[in-house]
Amino acid sequence: MPEEPSQRTALLVMGCPKVPVQTSLVLYLAHRMKKAGIRTIIAGTPSARQLIRVADPDGHYTMEMKDLDTTIAALSEGKLTVTDSYIFVHNDAGISYAATIRFLTDRPVTAVIFGEEAEEVSQEITFPCRIIAEPATHNPMPLKHRLEEAAPWDA
Amino acid sequence: MGCLESLPYEVMMSKITFKEAREFLSRYPEKYDVQPGYRIFDLNIIGVPPIRVAVDGESVIFPYTKPCHGTFLIRVRGAEDEIARLRAST
Repeated sequence: MPEEPSQRTALLVMGCPKVPVQTSLVLYLAHRMKKAGIRTIIAGTPSARQLIRVADPDGHYTMEMKDLDTTIAALSEGKLTVTDSYIFVHNDAGISYAATIRFLTDRPVTAVIFGEEAEEVSQEITFPCRIIAEPATHNPMPLKHRLEEAAPWDA
Repeated sequence: MGCLESLPYEVMMSKITFKEAREFLSRYPEKYDVQPGYRIFDLNIIGVPPIRVAVDGESVIFPYTKPCHGTFLIRVRGAEDEIARLRAST
């Protein structure tokens, strides 16, 4: 008899896609979540979503994708409920999005921080939030290992 | 869905940090703190609390954040309805 599907809904929020590691890490996290039976929503700008769509055209690794602004509006209006969120951050705007998602969902938020200024960006986070940070730009492996240590798909 | 292009807006500052936006807006005598996601002109304000919004005459000034370009300070003139809503919310 098949297992009951998980009731978890994880939101993965992509920032500006200019740093290469982001797309690959989002695909990896989405894949692990999907394999664990967790409903996974990826929210991002049109460019960020196109990078995912081109890399995973048949949706092997991903489930739902939504526009970032539409997702924020849906959360603020109570039309979307998520159990945990993962915000991909490499700049000041990413911190603002993480704080906004934390406030709107009132559920655990993890900031996955990357890019050359990962340490400085981490220090700007003053709200309740789990931080996974590495100064990665091209090589996703250090952050992949950190995600595997955290294993949010097992939580 | 919000579309900034449909508003009669002026960009006062661009590509700043959320802290710089907060500090700049603190200079205005009439200012309000709103929560993340506060809706203004069909836009949801993104930011780290406290998010400051200022009133200057018949204009409202607020931060507008985009993932790739940081935070902009936007002034919208003739914003009486939004100003009334801000005043009523405090």
